[in-house]
Amino acid sequence: MSVLSTTARRAGRGRGRSRATTAGRFALLLVIAVIMAFPLFWMALTAVSPERDLAGPDLRFWPSSLELGNFSRAWNALPFSTWFVNSVAIAVVAVVLTVSINLVAGFVLAKMRFTGRNVVLLVIVSTLMIPVQVVMVPQFRIVAELGWVNSYWAVIIPRAAEAFGIFLARQFMLAIPDELIDAAKVDGAGTLRILRSVILPLCKPLIAVLVIFTFMYRWNEFAWPLIVLKDQDLYTLPIGLTFLQGQYTTDYSGLMAMALVSALPMLVVFLVFQRYLVQGIATTGLK
Amino acid sequence: MTVQAPAGSAVRSRRAPEPRSAPARRRRRREGATAYLLIAPNLVLFALFMLIPLLLTFVLGLQESSGFGAGRWIGLGNYRQMASDDVFWRSLVNTLVFAGITVPASLALGLGLALLLNRPVRGRAAFRSLFYLPYVISGVVIGLTGDWMFNENIGVVNKILRVLGGDGVSWQSSPVPAFASVVAVIVWTHVGFCMVIYLAGLQGVPRERYEAASVDGAQGWQVLRHVTLPALRPTTFFLVVMMVITTFQVFDVVYVLTGGGPGNATQMLTTYAYSTGFGSRRQGYAAAIGVVMYLLVLAFTVVWWRAHKHQEAEA
Repeated sequence: MSVLSTTARRAGRGRGRSRATTAGRFALLLVIAVIMAFPLFWMALTAVSPERDLAGPDLRFWPSSLELGNFSRAWNALPFSTWFVNSVAIAVVAVVLTVSINLVAGFVLAKMRFTGRNVVLLVIVSTLMIPVQVVMVPQFRIVAELGWVNSYWAVIIPRAAEAFGIFLARQFMLAIPDELIDAAKVDGAGTLRILRSVILPLCKPLIAVLVIFTFMYRWNEFAWPLIVLKDQDLYTLPIGLTFLQGQYTTDYSGLMAMALVSALPMLVVFLVFQRYLVQGIATTGLK
Repeated sequence: MTVQAPAGSAVRSRRAPEPRSAPARRRRRREGATAYLLIAPNLVLFALFMLIPLLLTFVLGLQESSGFGAGRWIGLGNYRQMASDDVFWRSLVNTLVFAGITVPASLALGLGLALLLNRPVRGRAAFRSLFYLPYVISGVVIGLTGDWMFNENIGVVNKILRVLGGDGVSWQSSPVPAFASVVAVIVWTHVGFCMVIYLAGLQGVPRERYEAASVDGAQGWQVLRHVTLPALRPTTFFLVVMMVITTFQVFDVVYVLTGGGPGNATQMLTTYAYSTGFGSRRQGYAAAIGVVMYLLVLAFTVVWWRAHKHQEAEA
């Protein structure tokens, strides 16, 4: 970055102009930020607005009164507490499972030597090019054969192996020097021991990226759970939200309140882990 | 390591030295067994839930099947039916137009944001997080919010248009505005992702190139065109592939925002495959649509990859 700024200053010929362009850039960024944030602001505003604010013709950017009852009304109209718990349970189990097997696979593909390694890697990476909807019908049939329809396993297991995560893990671990592993081998450490005490402690940014991506993917997932979960009691939040939309078509404040509630855990995970995200993307070689 | 990586790095790492002595070979064989044992859960899952379903998609595409009991073989019947199915053609054209607009728009805007944020500016980290934020929110939440904002009577978009002295637009009942609303929502969600990847790419541009360019007296657009963009080519290559695959899979937002309507104005291959496969339960036909999607993505990736290699070779 500093490189670019020196270049920019040079190109700008003189500090006055440079300061002017910096201010201009900041102003431009502010305008874009307002546009980008607006839908989120509107969702939050609607969630706390009384019905009369929404239905009227006026454009209001502030609620005439704070209507927190929107949350309890919508939350209690349908089994949202059950759906919330379902979503948390599925996401947490899936994250633990997926991140664990991603890390092991990444390690195997980056640091172990065996015949067929490149073929395995190629097969895994090639699954990235299969749009999920292409395989959804047969996937559903396999899950039905296994007797998993209408269970959490149907949501968790078929999506547990995840090529993007494996690829990220491998790229990250390629950068770990072989000498560290060789030294541990000389000390008599076995493969799992090496993975646990040599590799994993160096992988914290990688693990953060994998957690955020997997959690996001699982928390937000919609089409697949919609297909395999039939009982209302098993629904996850996204399915529950569309159900609410179908039942209370015009209760926009209630809908936005529940949309906000279901987006919050993801926003928290993002804000906690986000500093690893950019760093992680850079160090995992995605550039 | 850049993201021509999958193939490139695989070739490079093949140069593992062959062990000569017998004990070394034995050790290596044992390591091989351990490796396969460790990676087995992944391989089983990929086989059972990706590769076998992919094969089955091709098989099912040749059948007529309601999903209950065995299907009936009808050869290329599904594909013949597809050729005269207006909704299929509409979905195909919609998907292509949709990708053709959203992918370049997301990349261009993402690059613009990355360039703006690649120099020191107040609140840089906050801007970056904010721009990325839409990407982490679920398609259902985004679809619901979009549906509310684009509501023709009391939605905020039309309210703003009316305050500005215009008329409201029929976002939900006219084909072109409905399509535009889906495009706008998807670009909004994808821009931040492109920005983050471009920011990572910009870190990798060698400083000498900028220095050389400034010695030559290049400024602004010239630097962008002759230094930055060529250096970002691998990033752009990766992003285009990623975004094309992602937009081909767009489902949640469309399902919730427009449901494919009005008419079939925003029907995509994914939503059409879903409604035939799990709505009207013509699973063979849905699988055939899946085959078409897969071949399109595959063809695009191969062509794009060739073009990229060709360009690299010339550079």
